[in-house]
Amino acid sequence: MNTACPATPRILLRKTNLDKPLWEKLFMDIPYIVKPREDTGLYNAKVGIWLFLASEVMLFGALFSSYILLRVGAAAGTWPHGLLNVALGTINTLVLICSSVTVVMSWASLKLGNFGRYRIYQSITLLCALTFLGIKSVEYHDKFNHYEVIQTDGRIVDGHLVERTKDFDLAKKTGAVTLLGHFVEKTEAGAHEATAKHAEHSNITIPVAQIKKMENYGPWHSTYLAIYFTLTGLHALHVFAGAAVIFVIWGPLAGLWKTDPARYTNRIEISGLFWHFVDLVWIFLFPVLYLL
Amino acid sequence: MQPTTHALPHPGVLESHHEELSFWRKYIFATDHKVIGIQYGITGLSFLFFGFCLVALMRWQLAYPGASIPVIGGSLNAILGDAMMNKSPQGGYFMAAELYNAFGAMHGTIMVFLAIVPLAFAAFGNLIVPLQIGAADMAFPRINMASYQAYFMGGVIMLVSFFIPGGAAQAGWTSYSPLASIIATDGQTFWLIGMVFLITSSLLGAVNFIATIIQLRAPGMTWMRLPFFCWAQFVTAFLLLLAFPPLEAAAVMQLMDKVAHTSFFLPTGLVIAGKAAEISGGGSPLLWQHLFWFLGHPEVYVLILPAMGIVCEIIANNTRKPIWGYKSLVYSVLVIGFLSFIVWAHHMYLTGMGTKISTFFQTTTMIISVPSVIILTCLFLSLWGGSIRFNTPMLFALAFLPMFGIGGLTGLPLGFNFSDIHLHDTYYIIAHFHYIVAPGTIFGLFAGIYYWFPKVTGRTMSEHLGKIHFWGSLIFMNLVFLPMFAQGMAGLGRRMYDGGATYANSAETIGIPLDMIHRNVSISHAAWALGLAQIPFIFNFFWSLKHGKKVTSDNHWGSTTLEWQTPTPPPHGNFLKPPVVYRGPYEYSVPGHAQDFTPQNQP
Ligand code: HEM
Ligand SMILES: [Cu+2]
Repeated sequence: MNTACPATPRILLRKTNLDKPLWEKLFMDIPYIVKPREDTGLYNAKVGIWLFLASEVMLFGALFSSYILLRVGAAAGTWPHGLLNVALGTINTLVLICSSVTVVMSWASLKLGNFGRYRIYQSITLLCALTFLGIKSVEYHDKFNHYEVIQTDGRIVDGHLVERTKDFDLAKKTGAVTLLGHFVEKTEAGAHEATAKHAEHSNITIPVAQIKKMENYGPWHSTYLAIYFTLTGLHALHVFAGAAVIFVIWGPLAGLWKTDPARYTNRIEISGLFWHFVDLVWIFLFPVLYLL
Repeated sequence: MQPTTHALPHPGVLESHHEELSFWRKYIFATDHKVIGIQYGITGLSFLFFGFCLVALMRWQLAYPGASIPVIGGSLNAILGDAMMNKSPQGGYFMAAELYNAFGAMHGTIMVFLAIVPLAFAAFGNLIVPLQIGAADMAFPRINMASYQAYFMGGVIMLVSFFIPGGAAQAGWTSYSPLASIIATDGQTFWLIGMVFLITSSLLGAVNFIATIIQLRAPGMTWMRLPFFCWAQFVTAFLLLLAFPPLEAAAVMQLMDKVAHTSFFLPTGLVIAGKAAEISGGGSPLLWQHLFWFLGHPEVYVLILPAMGIVCEIIANNTRKPIWGYKSLVYSVLVIGFLSFIVWAHHMYLTGMGTKISTFFQTTTMIISVPSVIILTCLFLSLWGGSIRFNTPMLFALAFLPMFGIGGLTGLPLGFNFSDIHLHDTYYIIAHFHYIVAPGTIFGLFAGIYYWFPKVTGRTMSEHLGKIHFWGSLIFMNLVFLPMFAQGMAGLGRRMYDGGATYANSAETIGIPLDMIHRNVSISHAAWALGLAQIPFIFNFFWSLKHGKKVTSDNHWGSTTLEWQTPTPPPHGNFLKPPVVYRGPYEYSVPGHAQDFTPQNQP
């Protein structure tokens, strides 16, 4: 065919022993791992994280769009309001905003060469992440403990579980359950919240024989709770993953700071960008799920 | 001309570095883009074969509904159990409806997500893109490894689902809810978990490809000097990156419907088998379709763009002249990439989503066909006046053009809602997209395999067997898919267990002409023959690995692009010295040059 470029003989590819420094010089390596490329102004991982975040935007964007579609499609008056604890949500918002600040400060500390300060800031970030997840699980627990009981007489009891008798069994129709709550006047959700705010809450004991249906406020209870649990659950997973990465860089991988500080600082920048994204998602989630 | 003078010590150095790696590091937990490309290639080809086997069995049921499967019927019963196979009164076993549905759903899933995308995007992309842009490897080799492993896991989960009680998913590769959510078995749950792995794999791959092409282009490799194949992969990666996450969201929601009993896609008042479903309701079946097709349409371009890229490289190489309209190709592929995000609802004309929305999507669909036509035209015009070498890769590449043309043109009537009402969900759709994916994309893949085989292995595949493979495939592909257009226009619906026999000439329904149903038989015969026509390829592939003629040149086809300016096979790190690019990708037959090709790295 052509003789210009003869095949490299395989024999030559086999055994030549050269010392390490020489082959490292000859060996073509992946460039721009630490230093930015001139024409793009970015190092590889930064391109990577921005692309990854673009896909994350599409992921949460699809879920938010689903939220809108489900809400617009819901029958009039059935979309619940006021089910969540706004105070806890607000605290969590502040906690995440605080962690965003400390992430930036930790990166700035590294840029200034102050490793000790970086560690302090980043441990505050980790504390914030734990606080957030803690508060979130309290909220989840509250929802799973919150029951709606439809009695055989058609009346509805809404309240938090106090206790079940030992022989409580819905299938066998034995025992009784006690809720701290109130009787709901009307069955529509709209009327429910109005009464829920002002109703006197007291312990109500219902024998199982009188229960037609008993369901807690888990994701199966309504499409609102379904999207609430899915969105916040996915977000909580992101918080957890982000915190895990930050922790690993903070602790087990800290040795890199000694050998390659520029690369170490880049890792903080990358994980910080992810962290900001996770915070940003929450900034959208909070009003959409808690306030609107 | 001496593009790469292989100074003596370098190759040995690289190879001895190579030999330090253990078997596990080198082949199983590999981070080298070429090894990962081969991993993807082998796994993808295996799935392609498996997906074909599923449909070969389904074609038996379509041609001879209720007749027991010869030879392997008994073993299928032994493997899959009595629930999946029916005993025939005449002895032997035939497929149960559940199995037919499962095979159909898994055929689509496996072909799209486990065979074609991994082959076209991941295998060829991994093998060729870093070489063509003059990079040492992908930007993130370990993420690359993770991407393959996620793909492999997804594949395993899909395969395992065949053997769980109730079998694999049965609601079609589109998995429309409520159907998908209310089938009582766990097949759909496995499908969804498998999809989450596959989506993760694609996302990791997409990030890696884009970052690699942006960051690791060799000095002088400007955007407009990028081979078209790299452009196609670049756009494909963006499609995967941005279109897959909504399907991931949808998969998570459907998974919630399956396991947490939510009602994302289940409407109020849903009745299952005569009983009101015990669900909260309030969900939207349309929501699933929107999210699915938001991926689904870009996905069809994921299937076709890499093949267009391969075909373009091979046409340039074998016409020995520059591609006609390189810039138009590049801009067209970018426009396609953008527009493919706003045409998805042309798959949903029959859902009653409203005339205004319909009009919008009809318009965008017609617009997107323009750049597709431009690409095809450029490739056709590139043939003009070339002194064409008709080798096997070129034959496949040439056949790609009219086959893709048929697929694309038959898409136009589907793009208008008034004609789609008649054609939707019939065999016409099957014919349309198979013309694009089977004699289209798969021919592109075959072309690529024959073309790059010498670079990857240092040996050539047999031209003689290659040509037998080509003509057999071309003839039988058309015998399979061409009659399906007629069947579909006559009203034969897809996804029917008995191939439409129930509706034949029936008095109450608008009968389907019997001869249309009888074509199922000849189509099935052609399909099996198509399978046999692959034997020369399979033999050729393995035989040539060991006994193929050794290449005498690193640049076997006399090509201009960088992947041919490396040792054969390229060592770890790819290039002996960092390449510098001085010219565009297709400088063939440049007047005044001694040779009819001028490599990109020649000053
Ligand atoms: C060039 C212009 C094209 C147009 C106008 C077009 C139009 C359409 C339309 C409107 C449908 C939906 C029909 C229905 O369900 O009733 C459809 C289905 C389909 N198209 Fe295309 N198409 C084009 C190109 C492609 C390409 C390039 C591919 C890539 C491989 C492709 C693959 C498919 C697939 C897989 C389906 C079937 C989806 C299903 O399972 O329902 N099409 N096409
Ligand atoms: Cu489409």
